[in-house]
Amino acid sequence: MSSSVLDRTGTAAAPVSIDQPDDAPPAPARWRRAARRLTPARKATGLLTVLLLWQVGAGAGWLGTTTPSPTDVITAARELIASGELAHHLGVSLTRVAKGLAIGLSAGLLLGLAAGLLRLAEDLVDGPLQSLRMLPHLALVPIFIIWFGIGETSKIALIAIGPIFPLYLNVLHGIRGVDERLVESARSCGVGRPGLILRVILPGALPQILVGLRQALGLGWLSLVVAEQTATTAGVGFLMNDAREFLRTDVIFVVLVIYALLGLATDLFVRLIERRALAWRRGFAGE
Amino acid sequence: MTATTTTVTPATGTAAVRVRGARRAFDGRVVLAGADLDIAPGEFVALLGASGSGKSTLLRAVAGLDRGATGQFRVPDRRAIVFQEHRLMPWSRVWRNVTLGVRGPGLRSRALHALTEVGLAARADAWPRTLSGGESQRVALARALVRTPELLLLDEPFGALDALTRIKAQALVAKLWTEHRPAVLLVTHDVEEALLLADRALVLRDGRIAEEFVVDVPRPRALDNPRLLTLRRALLRALGVNADLPTDESVPGEKP
Repeated sequence: MSSSVLDRTGTAAAPVSIDQPDDAPPAPARWRRAARRLTPARKATGLLTVLLLWQVGAGAGWLGTTTPSPTDVITAARELIASGELAHHLGVSLTRVAKGLAIGLSAGLLLGLAAGLLRLAEDLVDGPLQSLRMLPHLALVPIFIIWFGIGETSKIALIAIGPIFPLYLNVLHGIRGVDERLVESARSCGVGRPGLILRVILPGALPQILVGLRQALGLGWLSLVVAEQTATTAGVGFLMNDAREFLRTDVIFVVLVIYALLGLATDLFVRLIERRALAWRRGFAGE
Repeated sequence: MTATTTTVTPATGTAAVRVRGARRAFDGRVVLAGADLDIAPGEFVALLGASGSGKSTLLRAVAGLDRGATGQFRVPDRRAIVFQEHRLMPWSRVWRNVTLGVRGPGLRSRALHALTEVGLAARADAWPRTLSGGESQRVALARALVRTPELLLLDEPFGALDALTRIKAQALVAKLWTEHRPAVLLVTHDVEEALLLADRALVLRDGRIAEEFVVDVPRPRALDNPRLLTLRRALLRALGVNADLPTDESVPGEKP
């Protein structure tokens, strides 16, 4: 490839050639690889410090009598796992979230796609959704209990409604943000409407859609917490409320950690999708 | 001014492209005022004009990309465009970009064949963003080639390339045109480029083809060919630039 060689030698003289092939030179690459190997350790250090301070602080009584130490929390978690309680409640909660998200994500995705691809659908759908979006969906708890009763339906409905809006908005904006010139270029290549959607519009909108997915999943967990605060006899939220009755702060902390881990797991899940689906894209990763 | 409807019919007979009375206005500003254009099969035509003279507008109208343009357009169905920006889909690998919109079996081998012609078969599985500007533009050329076009539309395809890469890209286009002989409409602001590549150079002024220069110089052409130098001077004058007095009289579209 003689032209790439030319490109490179040309950079000194010709100010136009800003586009070199970007295979990194060998020495910095080795540094970067070493740094990458250290990154997990660097990331873990901060967390370990916090845990250590917490352990020492709780043991010395700096954090008051109602704060359990990390080891207390671990012991409580062990007990809950051993008795099978945790698995039971977690199962119930996960089922609720799965059902709610299945409804909410599908609705958000479909509405976003419809509005993004069809002007008519956007005119019909955007107004109502934009006005509903302003309403904090958690304020719907009382009316949902009246409408759907205190059983599962109202809980699933609450989990379903939240994620619709961020996903809808991001799908719509992702589609609107696709470069018109790429669409034109694909059209000039004879790509028909289905091909345009599959090979140009959806891949182009995907980064934004995944941002929406991440926000939507976060809202799903948030809704779960609120939905399980009242009128339930199962689920990790119930576990926490029950623990409050007996001042079992260690169990409360176990549930808090579970919430955090669930959020972390979904985030990792979306990141995994991003890494696979957005391999073509490289953003600024930080120095 | 009521617009006549655009009629696009497949080119038949002698001309590959036949345009009559192409009109286009943007918010009342008339850019094309009834331009006529003919391109014979296999002919290489360069279209020049001052900035904003409507070169690209005419090309887009010929390509069928501009629904606002009116007039009579007879254009082959098999046509391909290379834009100033490469316009490759960043999320598709190079070879998938080449076969974008192409149907049928053996897509990958067809893509590889076209990429070989532009010297980039080795990058078939690369992501577009890892290519240099010149490489991207060559992939865009391969994407046009794979369609075996009867008409190749080039909209300032080398405008964003550095000087050295541009020379190589021009040579590549000359080679590909000699091998495949599509009719070519090249929009450019580069007089040398037009003279090196084209059979005819047209100057667009006041919304019409105002002047035509037949580049009667055998190929391969060298820029220091005396006939080319004469043509260059005349072409520059037609574009409103006096090559002998470069600091003076550079008023576009001036007329005595």
